[in-house]
Amino acid sequence: MSLVNFTTREITCKIVYYGPGRSGKTTNLHYVYGRVPETRRGRMVSLATQTDRTLFFDFLPIDLGQISGFTTRFQLYTVPGQVYYNATRRLVLQGSDGVVFVGDSQARQLDENLESLQNLQSNLLEHGVDVRAMPLVMQYNKQDLPRELILTQPELDDALNFRGVPSFAADALHGTGVFETLKSISELVLKRLAAGSPA
Amino acid sequence: MTSTLNPRFSFDTFVVGAANRLAVTAGSTVAENPGSAYNPLFIYSGSGLGKTHLLMAIGHAAKTLAPKLNIEYLTLDEYVEAFHAAIAAGQGDVFRRRFQNVDALLVDDVQFLTNRKEMQAELLRLTEALQQAGHQIVLASDRPPAEIADLDERLISRFSGGLVVDMGVPDYETRVAILRRKAEERGTSFQPGVLEAVAKIAFPNVRELMGALNRIVAYQAVNDTPINAEAARQVLGVSGSGEQGAGSSAPTEAPGRASGADEFSQFLSDVTVTVGKAVEAWRARVAEAVLRWEGEGYRTARLEKLLDQDTPAAVDEAIAAYVQDVERLKALEAEVTALDPQTAGGKVFHDPDRLEEAEAAAATVREGAAPPPAPSAAFPLDGYASGPSNEVAVKAARAVIAAPGKKYNPLVLVGRSGLGKTHLLNAIGIELAKKKGAVVACLSTQAFVDELIAAIDGNRVNWWRARYRRATALLLDDIHLLAGKERTQEELFNLFNQFLDADRQLVFTAPAHPNTLAGLEERIASRLEGGLVAEIGEPDRELRRAALEPLLKQHRVPADPALRDYLADRPTDSVRSLTGLVQRVVEAAAAQDSPVSAGLAREVLEGAPAARRTTGLRTSGIVVSSAGGVRSREKMVWDWPSPADRVIEELR
Repeated sequence: MSLVNFTTREITCKIVYYGPGRSGKTTNLHYVYGRVPETRRGRMVSLATQTDRTLFFDFLPIDLGQISGFTTRFQLYTVPGQVYYNATRRLVLQGSDGVVFVGDSQARQLDENLESLQNLQSNLLEHGVDVRAMPLVMQYNKQDLPRELILTQPELDDALNFRGVPSFAADALHGTGVFETLKSISELVLKRLAAGSPA
Repeated sequence: MTSTLNPRFSFDTFVVGAANRLAVTAGSTVAENPGSAYNPLFIYSGSGLGKTHLLMAIGHAAKTLAPKLNIEYLTLDEYVEAFHAAIAAGQGDVFRRRFQNVDALLVDDVQFLTNRKEMQAELLRLTEALQQAGHQIVLASDRPPAEIADLDERLISRFSGGLVVDMGVPDYETRVAILRRKAEERGTSFQPGVLEAVAKIAFPNVRELMGALNRIVAYQAVNDTPINAEAARQVLGVSGSGEQGAGSSAPTEAPGRASGADEFSQFLSDVTVTVGKAVEAWRARVAEAVLRWEGEGYRTARLEKLLDQDTPAAVDEAIAAYVQDVERLKALEAEVTALDPQTAGGKVFHDPDRLEEAEAAAATVREGAAPPPAPSAAFPLDGYASGPSNEVAVKAARAVIAAPGKKYNPLVLVGRSGLGKTHLLNAIGIELAKKKGAVVACLSTQAFVDELIAAIDGNRVNWWRARYRRATALLLDDIHLLAGKERTQEELFNLFNQFLDADRQLVFTAPAHPNTLAGLEERIASRLEGGLVAEIGEPDRELRRAALEPLLKQHRVPADPALRDYLADRPTDSVRSLTGLVQRVVEAAAAQDSPVSAGLAREVLEGAPAARRTTGLRTSGIVVSSAGGVRSREKMVWDWPSPADRVIEELR
């Protein structure tokens, strides 16, 4: 997937929200959706189960308009977090320009986070992408939960962020950290473009 | 003529909100890198939203960062006025030059271009000139370029080619911030909630907001008691707690968090800056490449063309291809320089767009520089038999090999055909070629002539010459073949002189003394005579014996003094005929399946005794003649049918 198309003057960034089930990936997208002016956003596509779990994936296109003469679009995707939807996750990951790993801050979810992180790495490898080469940021969601239930950002960084990528404490339900995360991943993706490696 | 920049209008005093963040970011970027980031920058907004403030802030910031910059701020009206004045004074050119030397031109109120065709043309020309020179243009208008009535299409596209940003009406928070900032500037403080109440009134622009602030400041100054929110609303003519317009939704946001729209705008402006840097980064890369290769003396037209384009595809590939071409040129030039210093430094080797020409030029040089024909390895000096008849020639040859170009130059080997001139010539060549850095040209005169003809035909006489001029020794066989070849003689004459001057060895062979050769120009003949003319005579017995040894060894004939003596005593006029004799004897021996002996040789060479046939009884009936032909009894047709029978046969 071409990140920058000089002939049609388009920049398209595909950003995938990855993470264990119920960590708040779709919530992130919903928050962004709610803040983007109607004219700028496309229809948010969400295929959810009856219990509101993401069945296939969520898709939110955002049109940032003309930037430096380039029609700039962001496509935000989420993957279904449940373990048994791995084929879908792999499919959604295909051609992504950047990944946001949405981790669940709850202490008892740590193993799920780790498992999902490993799953991300192996799925990227299936596409021939080294996780180290892929722009990645970490978001530790649900930081609004009672202190005794959750791990703090430094603790989570210690446990999950062994690559030292940018990480954000977030409360996607109320929006804390959502745009910070999006901004950070956008910068990473766009910087890669600046480095002269339009994929 | 131009307005001066108002010092109050700087970035520090500009209150940034969601509605103008993009414009301000773009503006500060432009101020930091005039001419390189967004050019032109076109800012539009409704009246009183800070266009002028932003323009001047850009001017200030640019001036602060680089005090030497020549910055002009003016409104379009001022520009028009100045233009008219200049035209009236007949100073149109001076006017143009003045603006073309500006580093950053800030033009306000561009919307007044409507219905001013001549000014549009003038501005178009100026915009083009400034852009080409890499100078910054910032324009402000109350509407986007496309909506300025009657604006030239070219101007619209030019204005839109950089960055077009708008500034909207400030949101509630920004309005509060503006009011607080302005109140502070005036040294006035209000009760909590007053400024917020004012901010809730949706004024269409900041100017009116300022007017509102002025009124409550005045009201509070007149009355001793501090004004409260309700009073403020009354003063401003807004009754009750009714809020107007867009501001109403903002305060419902959770306190301490920016409004939703703001979050997105903030994100958008951040992304814009990042994209701007990323997209423009290619220009930086191209420019860097241009500078680098220009510095090394290469033509960079191809890269410059990239810069002219708005959106060249695959810049990095283009640069990489360019670099690759340059590297190729470098390699070619190095190669060519080594071969022929005269062709080095040619323009063609410094223009990657003419790589093909350079390749062709290098190929020509390479061909010309291809080593000239070398001596044949089939004639080693070891295998050359010497005797009294060729002693002089062999000694001369050894002297030449020991000190090429010093002792006998030229050396001319004279003798009849078959006496070993060619062998000796090549042997000298082989020995000379063993010396370090030696390039030995050794060929027959016929080949020399043919090459020259081909070179003339291919219009490549120069490379042909260059090819031989590189040689450290020139050995030509059968120089008498030059007879009548005027052009070759001419070339050889020049070559001759060059070789002599440079003490490079020349060796020739001829069937007779050069001055007796017909058709050879006097100047060449005399030069040939000027060296050493060494005659090779008919082989004497000693030489024949010496020559026989390797010959017999070659045919794996066991050493037999009687045979050698017999063969050496045979009268032969040349080594070649001696070789023929040996050949005949060896073949006959093979045919008879008997060892080579003096007796057999005598039998073969002097006529066979009658017994010969009977001795051949053991054979299969095939007798191999000395000529190598095959004669077999069984394969002979002895009885031919009568001609009549044959005809009938064929008719059937």
